[in-house]
This record gives sequence, C-alpha cells and structure tokens, in this order.
Amino acid sequence: MRHALGARAARTTVATLLALASTVALAHEETGQAAGFLAGLAHPVSGMDHVLAMIAVGLWGAVLGAPAIWVLPVAFPVVMAFGGLLGLLGVGLPGVEIGIAMSAIVLGAMVAAEVRPPIALAAAIVAFFAIFHGHAHGRELPEGTSALLYSFGFVVATGLLHACGILLGVVHRWPAGRRAVRVAGGGVALAGLFFLWRATA
Amino acid sequence: MARNGLIAVLRVFAVVAGLTAQPAHAHLVETGFGAFYDGIAHVAVTPADLLVVVALALFAGQRGTRAARFALFALPVAWFAGGFVGARWPAMAALPLLTTLSFAIAGALVALNASVRDIGVAALVVAAGLLHGLVNGATMAPAGSVGLALAGAVSAIFLLTAILSAEVTTLPSGWPRVVVRVAGSWIAASGLLMFGWLARTAG
Repeated sequence: MRHALGARAARTTVATLLALASTVALAHEETGQAAGFLAGLAHPVSGMDHVLAMIAVGLWGAVLGAPAIWVLPVAFPVVMAFGGLLGLLGVGLPGVEIGIAMSAIVLGAMVAAEVRPPIALAAAIVAFFAIFHGHAHGRELPEGTSALLYSFGFVVATGLLHACGILLGVVHRWPAGRRAVRVAGGGVALAGLFFLWRATA
Repeated sequence: MARNGLIAVLRVFAVVAGLTAQPAHAHLVETGFGAFYDGIAHVAVTPADLLVVVALALFAGQRGTRAARFALFALPVAWFAGGFVGARWPAMAALPLLTTLSFAIAGALVALNASVRDIGVAALVVAAGLLHGLVNGATMAPAGSVGLALAGAVSAIFLLTAILSAEVTTLPSGWPRVVVRVAGSWIAASGLLMFGWLARTAG
C-alpha cells in the first residue's frame, strides 16, 4: 500500500515538473537559420584579436605535439562557450578586452619560446583565456537570426581557426619551419601588445 | 494521510500547469511534396534535432558496432513513439531546455569519448528520441498527417544514424577519431551557448 502510494507520488511529481517546464513551442520552422549560421561563422573572423589568439592555440598545440595538439582544440570551444554563457547570463567579467589582448601575448609568447608545460597546465592556460573570448564574442546575436545556428557557426569558425593554426604548425617538424612557427608566435605576441595598448588607452 | 494530501496538491498543480500551458504555435515546414517529405525536411531544418541525431550517432559509433546497432533501431522507434504522444498532447511538448540539454550531453559524451555500456547508450538514445519525438509530434499535429510526417522524420533519422554510426565504427584510431571528438565538443559548446540564449529569452 505504502509502496503504491510512493509510486503514485513520484509519477505525479514527474508529471507536474514536466507540465511546469513546458513553454510555448517556437522551436520549429525557425526563421533566420542561414543568416544565423553565416553570422556566427563570420563573427570570429571579423576581429583580428580573436583570429590571432585562435591560430596561436593551434600553433601551440602543434608545437606541443600529441596529446596537446587535439586536447587544446577540444577544450577551447567548450570553455569559450562557458564564457559566452556567463556573458548571456549577465555575469560580469572585469577586463574582458585586456584578457583577450593578454591571450594573444601569452599564447604567442608560448609559441615563440616553445614553452612546453605539462598538458594540464597548457589546457588550463588556454581555458582561462577562452572564457574571455567567449564572454566578449559569444553573445552578439544579430536580430532575427537563429540563436542555435549562430552559436554553432561561431563555434565552428573558432574550431576552423584552430585547425588553421595546427596546419600551419605542421611545418614545425622542419628546421626552417620551426623558425617560421616561432616567428609567427612572436608576431601574435606583438599584435597582442598592440591590442593591450588599444584596450587600455 | 499526509501523503495522500501531498498527492492531491501535486495533482492540482499538474492540472493547473497543464491547463495554463500555452499552445504550440509552430508548424511544419512545407516542401510541397507531401507530409512524408515535410517530415524529412523538418529534421534537416530543425538544428536541435539534427544536432542530437548527429551527436548520438557519433557517440554510438564511438562505442562500437553493438551500441551502434542499438542506436540505429532504438532512436527512430523512440522518436516515433514520442511523436505520437506529442501529437496527442501537444500542449506539454515544448521543452527547449530539455532538447538543448539532450544534444549538449550527447556532444559532451562524444568529446570525452566516454566509456558507457551498450545499455547506457541505448537508454540515452531512447530518452533523447522520446523527448525530441514528443516535440516533433506537437509540431506536426496542426498540419495533420502526423503519421506520414513522423515516418518521414524517422526515415531521415534512421539513414543519418546508419551512415554516421557505421562510418565512425570503422574509423581507425588517431586523427579520424580525434575529429569525431572535436565535432562532439562543437555540439556541446553550441548547447552551452544555447542555454544562455534560452535564459536571456526567458528573462
């Protein structure tokens, strides 16, 4: 008897929660899907600070080799999205632009100096800066476009920038290529200094 | 006695919530070729559905042939069953938070290459199929021909799952499997961002 009552209570609770969680169904035949996806794809490449930092992540992964070469690009989008989530929830993050500029400086310097920290530390550094990038860029949805496809396009573009960095980093296995990668890292760090100057001016 | 009172209160809540739930305003995309093709197109133009099918197929493929076979049949069947429930009770079938959660979780599992038993994969696939089918059914109900539209959607899901999971099960270790994990992380990241958009819309 007691067991039956418990089961009934559980069923009723689940039904209540499901009913309370329901909202208006607006999720179908969404409008602005192509526009949302294209806007999301275009957004990361519209800011040089984001472009350089993402490429630097890929380059650093290439310098570090396995498993960092794939751990960093897998971790970055998720943590970046977490930063975007914080921004969308209205959680303030001080010094976002400075953080983005610092990401270019630090990641560029890591590539230039061929710093090889343990994988956990490298992932933590990349994740730390990913939050700034997500917070700044992940919430700029153009009006009338699909939020999900904008987000997906944004994440895909960021991932493809990592892939560019990784592909460029392939030349690291040859002596001349190794110098070229280090020079590219130095260039990213210098650009980061410029972004920092602009953010603090 | 107190427990009976609690049940009564919960029932009242359930009835009130059910009565105050707003109707589904959405409708099915029209291809002009009939309900079956509308159902196929529906999957293609509904990003949350597409992402969950892709993520589940990739995950099932990662877990091996047996899990992929489970997913291949469990996902369409669960989707179909959920669809009929959603068509019957459309008022309770708009669950954007849960549909986002489903593809975000599936994407995260792919990114982590999580070691889940076959039964766990099947349970996940059935839960996601029922949930997304429920929402699909509610969307398709106003257009009529729910059965045909659902059959179209389920056919598309079956084919997509078959192609992707079969492809992933045969991938060699190394870069090809890393690419699958990266795809999972992209889906999970999109889900995280979507939670933010949903929160912003609700607020």
